[in-house]
Amino acid sequence: MRPESIQPVAAPLWALAQRFMFLFLLLAAGAVLLIGKADPQLFERARNAVTDAFAPVLDAVSRPIATGTALYEDARLLLRLRAENSALRATNARLLRWQAAARTLAAENAQLRDLLRFVPDQPVKFISARVIADSGGSFVRTMLVNAGRRDGVAKDFPVVTGDGLIGRIVETGERASRILLINDLNSRIPVVIGPNRYRAVLAGDNTNRPTALYLAATVQLKTGARIVTSGQGGVFPPGLPVGIVASTGAGGVRVETFVRTDRLDYVRILDFGLVNILDGGQAGAAALSR
Amino acid sequence: MKAMIWRQIDVVLRNMTPVLVTLCLVVLSVTPLRLPEISFVAPPLVLMSVYYWSLHRTDLFPAIGVFGIGLLYDILSGAPMGLNAFILLGVFGVCVSQRRFFYGKSFLVVWWGFMIVAGGALAAEWLLMSVVRETVISPQPAYFKYLLTIALYPPVAWLFAWIHRFLPRTA
Repeated sequence: MRPESIQPVAAPLWALAQRFMFLFLLLAAGAVLLIGKADPQLFERARNAVTDAFAPVLDAVSRPIATGTALYEDARLLLRLRAENSALRATNARLLRWQAAARTLAAENAQLRDLLRFVPDQPVKFISARVIADSGGSFVRTMLVNAGRRDGVAKDFPVVTGDGLIGRIVETGERASRILLINDLNSRIPVVIGPNRYRAVLAGDNTNRPTALYLAATVQLKTGARIVTSGQGGVFPPGLPVGIVASTGAGGVRVETFVRTDRLDYVRILDFGLVNILDGGQAGAAALSR
Repeated sequence: MKAMIWRQIDVVLRNMTPVLVTLCLVVLSVTPLRLPEISFVAPPLVLMSVYYWSLHRTDLFPAIGVFGIGLLYDILSGAPMGLNAFILLGVFGVCVSQRRFFYGKSFLVVWWGFMIVAGGALAAEWLLMSVVRETVISPQPAYFKYLLTIALYPPVAWLFAWIHRFLPRTA
């Protein structure tokens, strides 16, 4: 028999039993889908247990692949070294001027705080974690990282990189957690836009450019206006950089996020001590399973 | 005696190969590739595997295996529980019932069958996802993914056929 060829049909009785089994399982899968929709909390423990069990495997598999892609990226960058270098020189010169300005402002700020007897915010703790899995599906934007409850991660913690916000924790296992990315369909983040601090809600729609919703009709936005979290709702602390306004056409206000979520390696999970403010931490699971 | 046991283990492992291969593909398909050009249209390797094995080695690829693989895929990829289990079982059902038609046909016919099945599976994923999320999700990422999936089926199937040669013949 050639390997590619297809075998003849097996014994009829066995086939009948198989058919019943198949129908039963198909119904079971449908039922799981329905129940999961009705009560997202129900499967949470099972999900976390399985994710935990697979975390070491995913961690091990993702390492050589990360090395491979890093090599590929290096090779690609080498080809553009010259152009990159001159671009970086220009950026560096510009940033040096900014640095000088920032130093002056920091000194001034410190003086003014001193004058006002300003109470400083609590220092932020953070947990660094490696991305070990992303969603294989076309319609979900989440990621798994190799830090969980034992590392101090809890639901609703914001996740950032050096560039800006990437999402928040929606599921925590013992040693792995799931991040809901800001471009996922279920992501809603209160933000303020530009120097005038217009309030809006940043809504993901599975594309690379989330939209800013609920802006007042009179608001005039310029492309390039900077967007940061507003801190309303209490999940995200105010002032985390999110992105810039990319376009303000008929398709609504589109936002270019500072972080490209498709090539993340390490992320930082922030602990502001604001745990479980979002209705007892239940909204996370609801968001994921809805 | 000892040789007997080893032979038994060998046979059991070989019999489990289709399910194990598919499990490995589940892990592989959630592994971050960090290549922006590829990651968002990553072809559904699991779908290809389920299609191949349920068509060619139904005896070694039980429905309960497909169910488990689907649930695992849902959990690891962050999809709603039961979504992939349902879709993959659907693919399995279509393949098993149409095996007679594909029996002895050339690879081109099997590939053509995959075009239809993969199209149905991706459409079902989009539809179920839209229903679960209660909005009309843009189906755009699925178009390119579909083309890539079809284009990649022959090399992936060739790999499966290579693995297939090490499996015991049907009893």
